[in-house]
Amino acid sequence: MEFKNPQEELERFQRRLGFAGGFVLFCFAVLFARFVWLQIIQHDYYQTRAEENRISLVPIVPNRGLIVDRNGVVLARNYSAYTLEVTPSKAMNMDALIDDLGQVIDIQPKDRRRFKKLLEESKNFESLPIRTRLTDEEVAKFIAHRYRFPGVDIKARLFRQYPMGDFASHLLGYIGRVNDSDLDKIEEEEDQEANYRGTEHFGKTGLEQHYEFDLHGQTGFEQVEVDAGGHAVRTLASTAPIAGNNLTLTVDAKLQEVAEKAFGDRRGALVAIEPSTGGILALVSMPNYDPNLFVDGIDPSSWDQLNNSPDKPMINRALNGAYPPGSTFKPYMALGALTLGKRRPEQTIFDPGYFNFGNHTFHDDKKGGHGSVDMYRSIVESCDTYYYMLANDMGIDNIANFMRQFGFGQRTGVDIDGESEGVLPSPEWKHKRFRKPEQQKWYAGETISIGIGQGYNAYTPIQLAQAVATLANNGVMFRPHLVQYITDSKTGAKTPIEPTPLRTIPLKQENIDIIKRAMVGVNKEGTGARAFAGAGYESAGKTGTAQVYSLKGEKYAEGHVKQELRDHALFIAFAPADQPKIALAVLVENGGFGAQAAAPIARQVFDYYLLGKLPKEAAPADENEPEGD
Amino acid sequence: MLHRLWFKLIDPIDQPLMAIAGLLLLYAFIVVASASPERVPAQILNMAAALFFMRLMAQVPPQRLMHLALPTYAIGIILLIAVALFGDVSKGARRWLNFGFMRLQPSEIMKIAMPLMLAWYFQKHEALLRLRDYAVAVLLLALPVGLIAKQPDLGTAILVLAAGFYVIFLAGLSWKIIVGLIVSAIAAAPLAWTFLHDYQRARILTLLDPEKDPLGKGFHIIQSTIAIGSGGIFGKGWGQGTQAQLEFIPERHTDFIFAVMSEELGLIGNTVLLVLYSLLIARGLMIAANAPTVFTRLLAGSITLIFFTYAFVNMGMVSGILPVVGVPLPFISYGGTAMVTLSVGVGILMSIHKHRMLVQK
Repeated sequence: MEFKNPQEELERFQRRLGFAGGFVLFCFAVLFARFVWLQIIQHDYYQTRAEENRISLVPIVPNRGLIVDRNGVVLARNYSAYTLEVTPSKAMNMDALIDDLGQVIDIQPKDRRRFKKLLEESKNFESLPIRTRLTDEEVAKFIAHRYRFPGVDIKARLFRQYPMGDFASHLLGYIGRVNDSDLDKIEEEEDQEANYRGTEHFGKTGLEQHYEFDLHGQTGFEQVEVDAGGHAVRTLASTAPIAGNNLTLTVDAKLQEVAEKAFGDRRGALVAIEPSTGGILALVSMPNYDPNLFVDGIDPSSWDQLNNSPDKPMINRALNGAYPPGSTFKPYMALGALTLGKRRPEQTIFDPGYFNFGNHTFHDDKKGGHGSVDMYRSIVESCDTYYYMLANDMGIDNIANFMRQFGFGQRTGVDIDGESEGVLPSPEWKHKRFRKPEQQKWYAGETISIGIGQGYNAYTPIQLAQAVATLANNGVMFRPHLVQYITDSKTGAKTPIEPTPLRTIPLKQENIDIIKRAMVGVNKEGTGARAFAGAGYESAGKTGTAQVYSLKGEKYAEGHVKQELRDHALFIAFAPADQPKIALAVLVENGGFGAQAAAPIARQVFDYYLLGKLPKEAAPADENEPEGD
Repeated sequence: MLHRLWFKLIDPIDQPLMAIAGLLLLYAFIVVASASPERVPAQILNMAAALFFMRLMAQVPPQRLMHLALPTYAIGIILLIAVALFGDVSKGARRWLNFGFMRLQPSEIMKIAMPLMLAWYFQKHEALLRLRDYAVAVLLLALPVGLIAKQPDLGTAILVLAAGFYVIFLAGLSWKIIVGLIVSAIAAAPLAWTFLHDYQRARILTLLDPEKDPLGKGFHIIQSTIAIGSGGIFGKGWGQGTQAQLEFIPERHTDFIFAVMSEELGLIGNTVLLVLYSLLIARGLMIAANAPTVFTRLLAGSITLIFFTYAFVNMGMVSGILPVVGVPLPFISYGGTAMVTLSVGVGILMSIHKHRMLVQK
């Protein structure tokens, strides 16, 4: 307890006031120091940050290049459409949001499933399409309700479209949304990372994949001033995008269509090549699928359907199916024999209908045998025994070395990625292929069936086509390719894909002529005669039948074997025989005899390509009279 | 006649204070016109109301104010309790009382009622100040502060706490106890931490490292420091601040208006403002030093230091050295309530100065 002296009290108060005043000055000095720090010393840094805030580089995605066939028929193009997009990171409850959206705009369960899948695959901050191709009416309706849906927006986007639907899908391929492995590819490619800012789609298969960086184009940029909400206030500067380059194919779409139609609903592959350039005229793998399904992300039910179909429509059989060539191997065997001097053309063998090697009997297809057979007849009638003997005489190393020159068992280098290698059997191959020593050994008996295109032989249809094109071209081999030239979208300059001669196989022309003559005989009086009866041009061919399943000792009777165990039908051919313009290989999976199932397809393709003749309604295949293969 | 009326009108007004307040309001006008042009008419009305209340308070003699101290405080407390029970919730806080014709924020009343009450209390016990009296004063202070902090409204709670503390400090509470209180407050900080709301903790954490959450809670501070720093010495020019005009600065016409000003008018503009505030505070402290009674001294000193508190807390938070609390920039931020409260404060200062001789008579 203390009594106050007013004067003392006042002085004390004033001291306190003075202290407070000092404190105020001190605090203001601290503030001032802070301002000096921010506004003078750190000014440049904050200046930059303010500019970064203000200016945003908005990529303008270029139009993807078109894909047209050799006559200008458009196979892949772009169209612009409105999409309804959701940015997941801004949506609190996705299901509720979609339910609400569904009250304004029609959203099918299919759209939902597709969106769910996209959601799982993508990063949260991307905006993802929930509906594409909105009508003007739908756009207007959504805009009226937009305030209810933060994080949902309408965007105008370009979409890839394959106007012919499920046509040539295995050669065109498709584009889909950019994923992690695509990003890796973009990173690997020089100077492409910035160019793909804003790009949402990437070629996934086929030409779309192989020519991705040609088709993509140069991304444009717009420098815009944005507000805190990211909305553009005004444009400061811009660089226009440059559209992607257009691809003009060597493929003839009409021919492709004829070929695809000729397959009907059978599975198989066809590759037709222009022998003098290697340009692919048609590349068919049946069944097709509709590449349009993939553009905005495929919905899971369509995906399951495609993936689980027993017909396996997603497999590109032309490049990834490896099949024994069957008897289509024989002309090359014969040519090898001539080249190595193992046979003379007129030299005959006697075929009793079988060939004994060691304690194993190899049967000829024709019961009772072909009798006395020279090289010409061996090809025209497709005599197995002739080639069992020949294979035995040549030996596996000679066969493998000779066949290798025709590209068997090697990738052709076609401009579609992921081509299979196939198997050119040889002792070295077997040694590498197997682990156990007893499996690694090559047995002489294994050589025998190699001679008729069976055994370990397994080649892709495109290899068969390249080989027959090379034969047609007298041993000069080209790299098969689908793109004829690339047109620069800006300058209009055309960069041709030059035909690349891979090699010239050292062959005697007279030997080639002998084989060609025999192959002409096949279509005139042999196994292909029926299919080519009345053709207005001279063609050369060879039928083949590849065993899918070996029936031990039983007689192969087509009608009694389950469809998926039936033999594959093959046919190789070129025409016109003297000046070949087209060479092809046809494979019909489980089609039975090559002469019956595969040769008529080749006939339709040749008729159209050489004569412009479209097939009449396909006549039902004759089941009664199987001609020897 | 007109001349006499004019004289009567300006007679109670302290000219230096009026000049400083006038410059501040002019400054406010310029800044709000850039930050939020559409609010200029409303801001003019707010300023008119402020001048009216300032003039009104300037003629109320301090004795009247003393009589009003206890009732005002009591009504304030009752209203705060009413808010806690029936208040309107807005943005997660219960701060408003809805009377149908108007919405009132009772915590605002406490900014004036608190120093009034304590100054009156110390005046009553002038002759004989015991430690117990300080303890009672602390309780009188703690009750409304607690109620306001609970709303929650940390900004106002701090201002009311500061107002009361200044009175107690100026009344002469011993340094030992003050230091002891500060030390124990620091010691109790971890305990207080557990009583804080999540958003309050987040604000403190944000201050420590704003870049940790640049799009969330740190966004305000990052954007306002960018605005200030990018302003440089001379600023980007009135209406030219990109941070301000492109809306990177949050609440740019209210609590963060300083960032707008700083960006557009630069260090020079900041310095002008600091000088104006310093002059206001200097004049206020002068009035307090010359005030005749304990009540007027304490009241004038506390009100003056409250101006400082507003200014320092706001500029400190916007420039990133104090946590974000809802305290406006005095006389500059848009909004009628704070403007009126501050003007009432200025009016009281004027009254104290004008009536200093009358009391001594």
